[in-house]
Order: sequence, then structure tokens, then C-alpha cells
Amino acid sequence: MIDITDLTIESASNLLSKKQMKAEELAKLFLARAEVLNKKLNCFITLTPDIAIDQAKRVDDFIAQGQKLNDLAGIPIALKDLFSTKGIKTTAASKVLENYVPVYDATVVSKLKDANTIFIGKTNHDAWGHGGSGENSDFGPSVNPYDQKRVPGGSSSGSAAALAATTCIAATGTDTGGSSRLPAAFCNVVGLKPTYGRVSRYGVIAMASSLDSIGHMTKTVYDNAVVLNVTAGHDEFDATSSAEKVPDYTDGIGRGVSGLKIGLPKEYFEKLDAKIKKVILDAAKKLESLGAKVTEVDLPNTQYGVATYYIIQPSEVSSNLARYDGVRFGNFRDSFGSEAKRRIILGTFTLSSGYYDAYYLKAMKVRRLIREDYLKAFKNVDCLICPVSPTLPFKIGEKVDDPLAMYLADIYTVNANLAGIPALAVPCGFIDDLPVGMQIVGPDFSEKLLYQIGYAYEQETKWYQQKPKI
Amino acid sequence: MVNNKQNKKIKMNDQRSKIDIDNIAKLASLPLTKEEKVTFEKQLSEVLTYISKLNEVDTSKVEPIGHITGLVNVQRPDEPAPSLSQEDALKNAPKTHNGFFEVPAIFEEQDT
Repeated sequence: MIDITDLTIESASNLLSKKQMKAEELAKLFLARAEVLNKKLNCFITLTPDIAIDQAKRVDDFIAQGQKLNDLAGIPIALKDLFSTKGIKTTAASKVLENYVPVYDATVVSKLKDANTIFIGKTNHDAWGHGGSGENSDFGPSVNPYDQKRVPGGSSSGSAAALAATTCIAATGTDTGGSSRLPAAFCNVVGLKPTYGRVSRYGVIAMASSLDSIGHMTKTVYDNAVVLNVTAGHDEFDATSSAEKVPDYTDGIGRGVSGLKIGLPKEYFEKLDAKIKKVILDAAKKLESLGAKVTEVDLPNTQYGVATYYIIQPSEVSSNLARYDGVRFGNFRDSFGSEAKRRIILGTFTLSSGYYDAYYLKAMKVRRLIREDYLKAFKNVDCLICPVSPTLPFKIGEKVDDPLAMYLADIYTVNANLAGIPALAVPCGFIDDLPVGMQIVGPDFSEKLLYQIGYAYEQETKWYQQKPKI
Repeated sequence: MVNNKQNKKIKMNDQRSKIDIDNIAKLASLPLTKEEKVTFEKQLSEVLTYISKLNEVDTSKVEPIGHITGLVNVQRPDEPAPSLSQEDALKNAPKTHNGFFEVPAIFEEQDT
């Protein structure tokens, strides 16, 4: 009997195509595990067993007919509950949408359906994507499978917890300020924030439209590339999506790092916790031993990232959440939770007449400076390596009454969103049995390079084999 | 409405940039309890103090950024295509009337 906690997309796909296991059997194993572990982890808002079984039966039919299927066919996945799913309740983890059933699919959901993935369910997260811990969900927090007293990181908390606990083999996330990377780092999985516009935002409930990017999490770097092969690309329904050609992200992933120049942005290490610093620098040394050249670089406007982000993001949040008026869908505005209300107030203020120039416009100017820092750095190095989080996964309840402290958890992740560039969070070790992640950050549309570097590191370290004890 | 007579002069976190929470809640059409108003006022003033550090940055010669990777003038062919049916569009509406969304009354009825 196979141990499903060992499965990756790569190995599961192999099992199915070699007819060593049926898609329906595989789906049932994951559904049963999800059902049980959800009681401990609260990682799903909705489980979709009937849909999963139907999808799996179809895959089995295709295989029986001898059809050639793609790598994602029959793979059990989880969808963050911000992704609109036709006929499946989509709550945004908010009481405002507690009974909302979309009448159309997000583009990414259509693509994953067309790729014949199996939908295990819709995952929990900070309501509307607002938070770094998962505790802002109106349906209760998810917990970290590596330590159930601690947060899994947010906002894509349930996706990371569900994946780390092997209730799925891949999960979707969104990343507006770190929401895929932070939970990935806290739960020892690989999380991508793609270049702005690389993946369509259509049908994913909007948080801050100029910052939102649509990511996903997997156990391995290779798997992550396989998912991006399906989700990336231009979409006529998202005018901000890019027409840039989509390469095969797995092609050449094993090329190694020999001769690549990697920058360590010094601003990210100055005040960093000594233990975390050591883990990240060890990872850089590992890459150096594989042939990369590591140098220090300067991103002088880094320190303004969180302040810039906490103007632009709430401003755009207040605008996007204005549509929830209880007329066309959902409950009335008094159903918003505290964090959404706080951001609506802050954003309405920073956009209000007389204050727009001082706040939003000023922030959009500093945002240009932050992007220019990166463009300058990428003239000298191919990519950057830095920490994902300033802390280890923290205890549930530790920061809930202090919004500013919670906002500062985003300190190392928001700048990639402000600059629009891609970043890949990769597991890079443990401190006191708690996972630590690093980011590999590159220029616009350099996802392929990020995978190549992440893959080289992962081949040497294989942190994903260190599973949670649940 | 917010007084914007001196709008060019307003900088972050000076006296005039304190959040008038009643007014902002009204602009956002967001019902808040008394307790929420008190809590938010305190928490958001800390956040405003923090973000006011952007005042240190000289942006006098910087253009605000637009689409981050530089897309401009995105258009699509202006051709009719299938869209949501009326039935689907109304499916999630809490209140409908004869195939329309029902909205709260805006004007009061007047005796004539």
C-alpha cells in the first residue's frame, strides 16, 4: 500500500498513467484524510466529495480509453475560497458571502477543470485575503500542522495547512502582499507569487487590484512549475493579464545554478533574527557550493515597503469591497468582520477628497522608487535571496489585538508585490521543529529561472520530506 | 464631505489628517458600533503614524506608477458575446421583483 503523504504531482501522475492506481481510489484516500484532518486543522470551509468523485471517474474513463492526459489529470487539489467556483459555495471566508454560490468559474478554476484535476474542497483563509495568520477568517482560524498551537500563516492559511497535511497535492493561493509565500514558509511547502499579470485574476475575488497576483502551493519545486504551466497565460477577461509567451516551466529545470549571480539584499538581513539569518545564509552557501556567485546588493527603499503597501492596499480594498451592498449578492455591510472594516475605513480615508494626493498618490510614487531599486539590482545579479518572514510561525492569538504588529509580518514580502516581480518561497530548514522559508526573487517573468534555482537547492536538501506529525 | 479647501498643503499625519471616523464610515456606507469606532480610531492612528514615514522620501521628481509591468491601452474587439442570463444574474440576490434586483428605496414618498 502506498503512503499518500509521500506523493507529489510527479509521482501521483506516474501511478495513474501506469494504471497502478485508479483516480477514484486516489481521490477517496485524499477525501477521507481531508474529512478527518479538517476537524483538527480547520483548513477547509467546504469539502466537495461528490464533485471529486465525478471528476475522478471521468479521468478513469479517459485513461481506460487510452487518452493521453496532462500531468495534472487526476491530481487532488484544494482551492482557496476566494476563487469563484460555479455551483460551489464561495465565501471569501466572510459572513458577507456565507451563502454565495457563483454562477461562473474563475479563469484559473476553468483551466484546472480542463486539466482534469480533482477538487477536494475550498480552503479557509483570512477573510477577503486580509491577514498574515489566517486568524481573520470569519469561520475560525486554521492551525499549523507542524504545531497546532501556532498559525499556518496567511492569508492562504487553509491551503498551506491542507497541503502540508497531505489532504491534497496542490492548492491555489492568492498573493497580494505575501499571502501565498508566508503560509508556504510557515508550513514547509513551496509557494509562488507570479509576476503581476502572469496568471489571470478573473473570477478571483479582488483584494487590491494593482497588487493581486494568483499563486499556488505544492510540495516540490517541480510540481509548482507543473501547475504554473496550466494557470499562466493571457486572458481576455483580465485586461491586466500579460500576453507574454508562456514557456514550459519544467523544461530545463535541472540545469543547475552554475555561473548564476545571486544577490543578498542587505536591508533584509540587518535586523533579522539571528537564527533565521543563519538558515537563510546557509541556503545561500549551499547555492554557492553548487556554482552560483553570491554577492551583497542594495535595495535602499526597502524600509518604505510596508508603509507604501498599507496605503495602496487598503485604498484598493475599500474600493473593491464597495460592491458588497447586499443587493446583487451576499449579506449587508454590517456582516464584515473587524479587519475588513478597519481596512475599509483606512482606505476610504486615504482616498477621500483632500487626502488622495497626500496618501495614495504619494505611495504610488514611492512604489516606483521601490521597483526601480529592483531593476537596478537585476542589472548586476540574476536573482535575489531573502527571508520570507521576520519570525517563526507565531502562536494563535499572539498578534490579534495589534493590527500594526500583524501588518509588520509582511515586511519581507510586500515589496515584490509593489514591484510586480515574481518570488518563489522555498522551504530551507527548521528551527525548533518549526519550518523556515526563503524567497528567490527575480525580474519580471523570470519564473522559469526561479524554478531552476529552487530545484537545484531542493535536490540537495529535500526539506519537503520532513513531514508534520499529525 | 471632507473639507478639501487646503488640499495641496495636507501632508500625512499632520493635524488635519486625523480620521474623522463618523464621516468616513458614512462615506463607506459602513455601519460601526460605538466600541468599533473607539478601537479603530486608536488602532488606525498608530497605523497612520507608521505610514507617515513616507514623508521622509523626496518624491518631487517622481511620477506615480501605473500598470506595474507597463501594459498600456488594453482593448478588445467590441463584439457582442454571450453573457450571464437574467436568471443567473439574479440567482444570488437577496430580494428580486419581477426579474429585477430589489433595492432599498432612495426617495421618500411624498403626499401630493
